[in-house]
Amino acid sequence: MELSEQNVKKQRPVHLDLQTIRFPATAIVSILHRVSGVIMLFAVGILIWLLNSSLASAESFAGVQSLFDHFIMKFIIWGILTALAFHLFGGLRHLVMDTGRWEELASGTVSAKAVFVLTVAFSIVAGIWVW
Amino acid sequence: MVTNAASFGRSGVHDFILIRASAVILACYSIFLVGFIACSSPLTYDVWHSLFSTLPMKVFTLLALVALLVHAWIGVWQVLTDYVKCTSLRGVLQFIFVVTVFCYLAAGIVIVWGV
Repeated sequence: MELSEQNVKKQRPVHLDLQTIRFPATAIVSILHRVSGVIMLFAVGILIWLLNSSLASAESFAGVQSLFDHFIMKFIIWGILTALAFHLFGGLRHLVMDTGRWEELASGTVSAKAVFVLTVAFSIVAGIWVW
Repeated sequence: MVTNAASFGRSGVHDFILIRASAVILACYSIFLVGFIACSSPLTYDVWHSLFSTLPMKVFTLLALVALLVHAWIGVWQVLTDYVKCTSLRGVLQFIFVVTVFCYLAAGIVIVWGV
């Protein structure tokens, strides 16, 4: 058995109490970055359809505008804007981390929380805008 | 070596660069478009139509859709390789997502072509 393998298999404390396990903010940002990315992949289909209708003619543009009277359409657009904001802020954080900044535990946690704060702020503004 | 058969670029390093380059394009496009709609409220058909009738906006839109293809291809690959362990299912899902984004690109070309 390799030495590295021995290190992995030796007796170590196991902590599997799901009641007390908490994801750190950095982990939540990471998973939500993926979730928001996949959401937007579907969202682009809706946006392309809206773009087509809005550019086809003045009548269909008015049709798209009247779509926005419905709650469900407002909710979808608000959801897309929120997912976009989260993915964008998380992505900008990634780009900063590529330069070697925010890679320590403290700075990484702070920047992860900043992504949440900025997204919530943008999401509220987007909600006011849409409704 | 066929371990990177589903990647978009020639290597992991290439994918690393491509997903960031496409991210910058997508960020610029989405910030511009959301900003434009927000600033020109209430948005009229004439303003909207004249924006997309200009050549730079058509190019910017198609550039964003090509960037989306690259970005989504690599992003979906990253997600699927982590969560879908069955190779054949992963291949099918990757195929479906890539074809979907190709359809977005094709639809986008036809849409801005006719404006």
